[in-house]
Amino acid sequence: MTGEALLSVSDLRLQHRQAGILLDGVSLTVKRGQILGVVGESGSGKSLTGLSVLGLQPQGQLSGTLRFDGEDLTRFSSRDWRRFRGRRAAMIFQDPMTAFLPVRRIGPQIVEQIRVHTALSHQAARERVVSLLGRMGVPSPEQTAQRFPHELSGGLRQRAMIAMALSCDPELLIADEPTTALDVTVQTQILTLLKEIGAREASVMLITHDMGVVAQSCTDVAVLYAGVVIETGPVAEVLQAPLHPYTKALLRAIPPMTGSRPERLPVIDGVPPSPDTRPVGCVFAPRCPQVTPDCAIRPPMRGEGAHRAACVLVP
Amino acid sequence: MKGVASRLGQMVLVLFGISVLVFAVFFATPGSDPSVRIAGRGASPEVIERVRHAYGFDRPLPMRYLTMMDHLFISRNLTSYVNHGQNVVSEVFAAAPVTLSLVLWAALFWVAGALVFGLIGAAFQGEWIDRLVSLLALIGLSIPVFWLGEMVNLVSESRFHDSWLFSWVPPLGYVPFMTSPLGWAKALILPAMTLAVAFIGLYSRVLRTDLLTAMQDDALRTARAKGVGPWRLWFCHALRLSGLSALSLFGLDFAQLLGGGALLIEVVFALPGVGHLTYQGLSTLDLPLIMATVLYAAFFVVIANALIDGLYRLLDPRMGRGSHDG
Amino acid sequence: MIFSATGRFLYRRKSAAAALGMLLLLILCALAAPLYAENVGVDPMESSLAGTVLRDGKRVDIMQPNDNPLHLGLSPIGPSWRWGAYALGADSQGRDIAARLLYGARASLLIAFSAACLCLVMATFCGLLAGYCGGWIDIIISRALDILWAVPVYLFAISLSVVTVGHDLSFGPFHVQPDSLLLPIGIIALIYVPYAARPIRARTRSLSSAGFVLAARGLGASSLRIVFREILPLLAETVLVLSPLIMALCLLAESALSFLSLGVQAPAASWGSLIHDGEGLIYSRPVVAIAPGVAIILTVLALNALGDAAQAELRARGRR
Repeated sequence: MTGEALLSVSDLRLQHRQAGILLDGVSLTVKRGQILGVVGESGSGKSLTGLSVLGLQPQGQLSGTLRFDGEDLTRFSSRDWRRFRGRRAAMIFQDPMTAFLPVRRIGPQIVEQIRVHTALSHQAARERVVSLLGRMGVPSPEQTAQRFPHELSGGLRQRAMIAMALSCDPELLIADEPTTALDVTVQTQILTLLKEIGAREASVMLITHDMGVVAQSCTDVAVLYAGVVIETGPVAEVLQAPLHPYTKALLRAIPPMTGSRPERLPVIDGVPPSPDTRPVGCVFAPRCPQVTPDCAIRPPMRGEGAHRAACVLVP
Repeated sequence: MKGVASRLGQMVLVLFGISVLVFAVFFATPGSDPSVRIAGRGASPEVIERVRHAYGFDRPLPMRYLTMMDHLFISRNLTSYVNHGQNVVSEVFAAAPVTLSLVLWAALFWVAGALVFGLIGAAFQGEWIDRLVSLLALIGLSIPVFWLGEMVNLVSESRFHDSWLFSWVPPLGYVPFMTSPLGWAKALILPAMTLAVAFIGLYSRVLRTDLLTAMQDDALRTARAKGVGPWRLWFCHALRLSGLSALSLFGLDFAQLLGGGALLIEVVFALPGVGHLTYQGLSTLDLPLIMATVLYAAFFVVIANALIDGLYRLLDPRMGRGSHDG
Repeated sequence: MIFSATGRFLYRRKSAAAALGMLLLLILCALAAPLYAENVGVDPMESSLAGTVLRDGKRVDIMQPNDNPLHLGLSPIGPSWRWGAYALGADSQGRDIAARLLYGARASLLIAFSAACLCLVMATFCGLLAGYCGGWIDIIISRALDILWAVPVYLFAISLSVVTVGHDLSFGPFHVQPDSLLLPIGIIALIYVPYAARPIRARTRSLSSAGFVLAARGLGASSLRIVFREILPLLAETVLVLSPLIMALCLLAESALSFLSLGVQAPAASWGSLIHDGEGLIYSRPVVAIAPGVAIILTVLALNALGDAAQAELRARGRR
């Protein structure tokens, strides 16, 4: 089954009336069985890309194509969206504390999603929730389902969140910074869980700002900068031989695991362009150490095989 | 348990404070001597002195306070200064069902109205219908309730009484539920609606703001990502999240109305409730009667507040259940 | 600077400008009351049951026979579309409604404005003291406000009015006339103190832990200096935004008290007492009660709209 494109986003643009251009041509593909890491700084549009796949982006002008398993998402009516969300693609959010409704117990919130999308009886849905929670590694799932969100630890809440997302067997799981709000040890557990899910149950789009997370759990990666995907490819290739100057700089900014610590980590001069002052040409050109005159025109993605980057320096 | 005890202690303290305050207002306001009032204008000093002694106003204030509280709450035999022998406490309790019926009806209208207008305003945020509802709410807040009552009377009892719309309206007054449930409802519907107007204005605004805030909440984004439909989204998620703050407000207002805040409506519609009783006391300057109603009202507000507080804790699991393990 | 800020606020929020215009118009009308009374030649306080008035070129009685079939009793003359005396008709004492409405506006607006100012001064004092000092002072003030808050506002106002209004009062050397406007002003101001003091206390608390206050304290500024130079100027904004809403509440409370004959004492008029006068004539001459009610609604609506706009402005500024 692996290899067939499940979600393909191409040239996605989102313009907000006040904030400006939020997405400036995002193109990426999630294949079945893949765990795609979408990595970028805050404000690069990675979360917005995830939300757009579910039609939850803020009000604004959206253009480009979004194809999911052959269907054109941009033509969806609100009724189509309701059937799509949670059923075929589900999302988990950064902070599981605020993402659950604080005044209802965990179990009923998951049951609600199952009952919205399937004809399962209340009893059957409840049993399903307990088994799901158990599968997500939640100890004593029956009692946990009876708890309120604030009564669980962060890790358990995120497991419950993942259980809710998987409750209707979606084909795509979008995880928006799922581990940022968690302790380091719990982070690893959740990432392992996501990896298992990616291998067995659904394709995963893992949105993160952390290259380490990408290295640890993804099969592929898409690097976003200022609303543009500037490099994509299999994780191993991108990490070992990054093509785009931004990716190179980003990887240099990670402290090495072995050897002596450098005095100072290298930094990228300047700041990312704000949404209302996007450059016409290559978005990274103003900060790029290897900038050339050709950078005044937005470069297309180029490269060999799966590993491609949007840079004039790529042969 | 400790929390409950300390809250109870605070409540008792507030109740004590209120009783002292109300007593002081009526019997210890500087420059206002109740004996002069009872003796009447232009009474001779000897008469005033006799009255002062007969009513016990010459005793020290703390003693009088204790006696008064005993008459009000323990022996419950406080008698009117005007109709001698009339037991004030039992009068208050006899009038209570009228006020309770009125306020219950009003609460029905005001919760329904606030829900409808609040949801409309939030769902159509910024559109003309939202502006219209906001304007109506603002007008509702700005109408003096007794004037609105007069207007309702004018329209329903006089000008359009013979039209199909108002021909069912009974003459002003109250019909006990036990006598005729239908008459009871008929007598209360218009007064209750009038009473509810200002509250609908207030609560629809509060609810609209709260709903819009809730809609920005992460939990609502999750609900949308779950594929929940718009009705479920508004009613089961947004309302559940935002209804709580309106609920605590509701408890306070409900208790204030029960405690006599409905006085003006009861006067205008001639409903013999607690407020009307207070009004009668006003015209005859019957201090024990007014004091009894005010004090019972205040106590009612405090107790209702405590109850709402408890209910709030029950409905919002985040509060005060830190040590919960189930 | 204040003027330009106000100007920009009114320019941005049209509803506020309209509301302010309406309020200014009402104040002008109230100020013009004697002008009107002299111009048309009526006395708003003196009853004139036997008087006559020129209408449509004819002299007619102010008190006219009832239009019921038996012509029993008298009812006051009704309104007419012509400008002149008794344009809005007469009340049961044969007095000109329009003139009384204008004079009533003076009393109502004066009481509402003074009560709101007094209330805000007291509330600012309590809120500032409780919020800045904290500790047991805060506890005592907050509990005291809780106690005031627990007594239903109108009942509290009524109780205070019953024991004070209409009686000769002496507070030591001060003697208060039984019909003095000071009594309703003081009473109405008092009942809304808890309402205004809570937000002021909360704002003071957040301000007094703000960085610049801590910095001032670190520089050795005295508490008085911090309160007056650092906190009060910023608190003024909160108080100013609160003021139209408080004034609206005060106006409604005044009308309710006067409606129960516990506010402005006859023969003086306020809008509330005019509605009370109109109650007896409600079925025959409804205009007597309708006119003051409309005046109250317009005023309170304008005040509420102004308060809403000011609050929205403050929120928007906080976001920026």
